[in-house]
Amino acid sequence: MTAYSMDNSLGGEADVILTSHVKGFYYGPFLALRNIEMKIFKNRITAFIGPSGCGKSTLLRCFNRMNDFVKGARLEGQILFNGRNIFDASVDAVTLRRQIGMVFQKPNPFAKTIYENIAYGPRINGYKGDMDELVEQSLRRAALWDEVKDKLKKPGTSLSGGQQQRLCIARAIAVQPEVVLMDEPCSALDPISTRRIEDLMQELRDLYTIVIVTHNMQQASRVSDMTAFFNVEMREGSRTGELVEYAPTTTIFQSPQKEATQAYVGGRFG
Amino acid sequence: MPEEKTNTFSALTLWVRWVNIGFIYLTCTVSVAVALWVLAIISVLIHDAQAAFHHFGMAFLMSSSWNPLGNNGQGQYGILPQIYGTLVSSWLALLIAVPLGFGVAIFLTERWPLVPPGLQTLLAFLVELLAAIPSVVYGIWGIYVLIPALVPLTMWLHVHFSGIGIFSQPPTRPSMLVAGLVLAIMILPTVTSLAREALAAVPPDLRQGSMALGATRWETLIHIILPTARSGLVGSIMLGLARAMGETMAVAMVIGNSNRINISILQPASTIPSLLANQFAEASGLQVSALMYAAFILLIITLLTNIFAEVLIGRH
Ligand SMILES: Nc1ncnc2c1ncn2[C@@H]1O[C@H](COP(=O)(O)OP(=O)(O)O)[C@@H](O)[C@H]1O
Ligand SMILES: [Mg+2]
Repeated sequence: MTAYSMDNSLGGEADVILTSHVKGFYYGPFLALRNIEMKIFKNRITAFIGPSGCGKSTLLRCFNRMNDFVKGARLEGQILFNGRNIFDASVDAVTLRRQIGMVFQKPNPFAKTIYENIAYGPRINGYKGDMDELVEQSLRRAALWDEVKDKLKKPGTSLSGGQQQRLCIARAIAVQPEVVLMDEPCSALDPISTRRIEDLMQELRDLYTIVIVTHNMQQASRVSDMTAFFNVEMREGSRTGELVEYAPTTTIFQSPQKEATQAYVGGRFG
Repeated sequence: MPEEKTNTFSALTLWVRWVNIGFIYLTCTVSVAVALWVLAIISVLIHDAQAAFHHFGMAFLMSSSWNPLGNNGQGQYGILPQIYGTLVSSWLALLIAVPLGFGVAIFLTERWPLVPPGLQTLLAFLVELLAAIPSVVYGIWGIYVLIPALVPLTMWLHVHFSGIGIFSQPPTRPSMLVAGLVLAIMILPTVTSLAREALAAVPPDLRQGSMALGATRWETLIHIILPTARSGLVGSIMLGLARAMGETMAVAMVIGNSNRINISILQPASTIPSLLANQFAEASGLQVSALMYAAFILLIITLLTNIFAEVLIGRH
């Protein structure tokens, strides 16, 4: 069952990799998200857009259980990854995070060399193959190899902001995840670095499933196949995030079904 | 934008400029004053130690006699046992205080599933409280509480491990071991609070970045948090070491002040500060000079320790 037929240009229907049946997500007593029903398609780029505070990051961090570290955070409902509920007692969050990687808003390279930044993830996950090869491959995929191949021993923090973010992408894909979650990965970058990362996402699409949160609607329309529009609604006196509309990106931007979507992508608020 | 700046030479920017310049001069003056002060202390030490330099030269560091009547009544002095005692007692203290202090610091900075935050705050407070206890009180506690309490343990160590050099001689009540233990407790707050600051200063997004790669809490701690906090942690060790090497009163009370090098830590020993504390009151003539020489050597040892620390941290 697919709720949406995918854009033909993408080659027919795609497999579902993640399914959200989030009934409610709470930070303590505060209901941050409610009734998020959506499917994330494999080898597609899905963009989350919507005004600040509508819970885009919160939902993203549910997918790899990073919210486990937030005190008082609680989820009602399920999230299925390859058909299995990630909150099942039998699912190990550490293993899950190896399969679902994450790139953060602010580049956060470790205080290690460029090489060690990449090698760290595979090493702790017991990678037995040729590390040099994996480091090179990851840096190539992140379109950073040519810029750093002569200074792999330099600290990761010595790179420019855009390079640091690509290093973080390389680091994420070095553990060979199935999904890469990106939370506003370009918000701290200049337009040229932003374009490089957008191009990079297109190249990575065949290998990974990408979910990207973005504030920038041009970015969403440029890079994504599917777009989810979230909005804040007043529920029981609190500002709760809801999924308003989820459809192929062309639909969201050219013929949205909901008025709120139309207003948002038309730039009338947000 | 630079054009804008030059065009707006208002009274305010001029004032800010003068304050800036004034501030720079002020901080320069203060730094120079501090440096001069240190130099003044060192030169007084060197000046007063002149006589002992002349009499004993480098042999002072190699000899273990401390005899005001020796050398035809002139006095015969050397501080090898004190150098040895200073190094051993302070390293012994580090050996105990660093694992304990780092453990507490990690416990205090990490979030644990079953630990109420109130417990962490309480523990942090108690450790800080150790720093407020005067040195003499540690000495009294060492004599009346720690030494009697240690007797069964030291006997047991000697009986079962007398083959190992450091336990080879029968235990005495005041000893190197007691001094090391008292020092360990005294430097624990220094090591703990500095280590805690260093760990707390590691940006939380590094921890998140590591966890997001599928690292466990311990892998993150060992491979990301500790290396990132490395220079702060080394600093905490070095400050603890400096405190231990300089501690006077408590050590003088529990170490036994023996003028012999004994490989067994169950036996009495002596340190440079405890020597100074014990001898200054009654010293005169060449003995004062010898004590100044000893103080100068303590200064050199501390200095070398700091240089060693700098090299270790990787700033040259
Ligand atoms: N760690 C947290 N603790 C409490 N409230 C939070 C936390 N993180 C986010 N929130 C709240 O949850 C709501 C959604 O936040 P977020 O997911 O960051 O939104 P977005 O990414 O769409 O801007 C906001 O009202 C925010 O204040
Ligand atoms: Mg966000």
